Amino acid sequence: MEKNNNTSAILQIEKLTKYFGGLCAVKSFDLTLNKGDLAGLIGPNGAGKTTVFNLITGLYVPTEGQVRLNNENIVGLEPFEITQMGIARTFQNIRLFPNLTVLDNVRIAYHAHIGYSFADSIFRTARYNKEEKALVDRAREFLGIFQLEGIQDELAKNLPYGEQRRVEIARALACNPHVLLLDEPAAGMNPREIINLMDLIHFIHDRFDLTILLIEHQMRVVMGICQHISVMDFGEVIARGTPKEIQDNPRVVEAYLGKGAANVS
Amino acid sequence: MGIEFILGSLVKIGALLGYLYGLLWAMGHSKKWVKIVGVIVAFGIVQLALTKFGDFQLLNNFDQGLLFQACTMTMVALGLNLIYGFNGQFSLGQWGFYGIGAYCAADITFRWTNGDARGLFVVGLGTIFAGLAIWGIGKFLKRLRGIPVLSAFTFYIIGVVVAGALAILIGNLINPLLSPLLGTISEPGVLNSKVAIQVVFFFAVVFAGVFAAEVSFLFGLPVLTLGSDYFGIATLGFTIVVNTLMVNSDTILPFPEMKGGRGMIGIPKLTTWFWAFFFMVLVIIILRNLIRSSTGRAIMSVREDETAAKAMGIDVANNKLLSFVIGSFFAGVGGAVYAHYIGFLSPGTFDFLVGFNPLIIVVFGGLGSMTGTIAASFGWIFFLEGLLRVLLSQMGTEAPTWRYVLYPITLLMLMLIRPQGLLGTVEWGFLKAEKYGFGKKNGPKPTTDAPVVNS
Repeated sequence: MEKNNNTSAILQIEKLTKYFGGLCAVKSFDLTLNKGDLAGLIGPNGAGKTTVFNLITGLYVPTEGQVRLNNENIVGLEPFEITQMGIARTFQNIRLFPNLTVLDNVRIAYHAHIGYSFADSIFRTARYNKEEKALVDRAREFLGIFQLEGIQDELAKNLPYGEQRRVEIARALACNPHVLLLDEPAAGMNPREIINLMDLIHFIHDRFDLTILLIEHQMRVVMGICQHISVMDFGEVIARGTPKEIQDNPRVVEAYLGKGAANVS
Repeated sequence: MGIEFILGSLVKIGALLGYLYGLLWAMGHSKKWVKIVGVIVAFGIVQLALTKFGDFQLLNNFDQGLLFQACTMTMVALGLNLIYGFNGQFSLGQWGFYGIGAYCAADITFRWTNGDARGLFVVGLGTIFAGLAIWGIGKFLKRLRGIPVLSAFTFYIIGVVVAGALAILIGNLINPLLSPLLGTISEPGVLNSKVAIQVVFFFAVVFAGVFAAEVSFLFGLPVLTLGSDYFGIATLGFTIVVNTLMVNSDTILPFPEMKGGRGMIGIPKLTTWFWAFFFMVLVIIILRNLIRSSTGRAIMSVREDETAAKAMGIDVANNKLLSFVIGSFFAGVGGAVYAHYIGFLSPGTFDFLVGFNPLIIVVFGGLGSMTGTIAASFGWIFFLEGLLRVLLSQMGTEAPTWRYVLYPITLLMLMLIRPQGLLGTVEWGFLKAEKYGFGKKNGPKPTTDAPVVNS
């Protein structure tokens, strides 16, 4: 990977550790993301990848360690505060707001940046009308980018799987994040959908100037789009590097396929 | 006799639904003058129907009672729909806040007509001071990050107690200046004229609502951290506590005029159709404006998926508290209007068993449907109290008891046939969500530069 002197670390994770009772889910996890990175996080089931996401976004409070966003420690903040500071995420099992329309799903993500107050909405002031109109326009433009404008009044639960994924990514991007965490975006997709998804991730990465961290099981996705990859097993990072280095790393092969498999391949 | 009565009642219920539809349609009209004229006409129709022309009166006193009951039930049920239907917090405390609002407002006007201004001033100043204290402490706590809920609660309690003590002090100071002007029941003073008492009534209702809201804030702050079912049990406990306090209001609470379990009598009957209509429309407007705003969407997102809401930057705890407080405010206003229509408050009315009624109405009308709640409130009162009570009483003196058999059966049938509630998620006129179609004129041009994910 080419190191650019202009890029600065946007997300720094140091010695992140999480115990659930006596069980160590994540142990001394380190990761630094520079601005504009597209990084991958892989590992077998139960390796602690999603726990790392939950720790970064504040859904779990780490036992130890630091997470710094733009050099500001965000450990101990409420999840909504962390999101407002610029980390958005999607979920492994899609978590849209099922009984709300697609437009509402996206508009909810703007809530933190809404330009009118509670009193404005009760009295329907001019400011409410102006801001709400601007909000709808922005949300629709956003849906247009993702080609979801035709289904804006559909309830989220009635959408097909692929569209739900797209709505979820659109909703996460509507939070206006600097860092986007994608938790298994390709889960349950067929090979053709996966290729399209990879295009989509590249597209949002460029268009929104994002730093993306991605959890994925499908090697084809990770190897195809990530610039560098961290591999986890039993809560620990066992390897880091470019896709090529990871593929050749015997420890990674061992973690996935078992002892001795490295020699066979 | 029977068949005519049933037909007449069905016509009445149908006319009511048509009336509600018309009212909501007019309120939702895009032209301002249609709105104003529509609301005035809607008010006038019922006012005319209630007026006696010689011997003829379209709606008799019995119907009038049902109408007022339906209006108050609408306010209470809309509040509960905000808490349970829109925010997803299963609450049984609504009836307690209803009772608090009723007793609070009744005490204010009762004292006022009996030559004691302290009720209005202590409650009024108390709610204002407590509101300021809560607002100030909230600002202060926001700056200190990561305060545990119970510590915050302690701060708020101290602030509210100080505010209350201050209000009692000032109220007692002002009282000697004002009370002589009030006169007594037999000889009303200057400030007890017909107009003045209406103004006092308005403030009594508003203060009662705010008082209920502030109590709900203090109660909800620690209790809303509980999960949904546990929250339901805790709120049930709240209703029982309030009821017990009412039964003992003259012994363990310093309010001899409330007369404890014997019931409070002599509350001035100030609720006219104007006030009932006014407060009901006010509640509908506030709720609709809240729900169809960014805050309302945030409240609904909490119901849909708390974890996802957090990940979208929504302060879940805050939104739960907000909807709980506003819902309780509606209940308090409803209770205040009820107290001044019935003129007699007994703790039995606020028993927790009766408190399931708003819950039934909300589920009956459809969770998260404002129109459904309004229609169900009216339909419920007219069906249970109007139709069944009168109909069954013709079959014998004990027969009206059967309505509590017929009515649950109706509920069961409805739940089996339409589990989503009477109207589901249908909204009428004013309450409809705004539609934003992709028009050629105002819609942004769809840009098609993103790859399509699904085939």
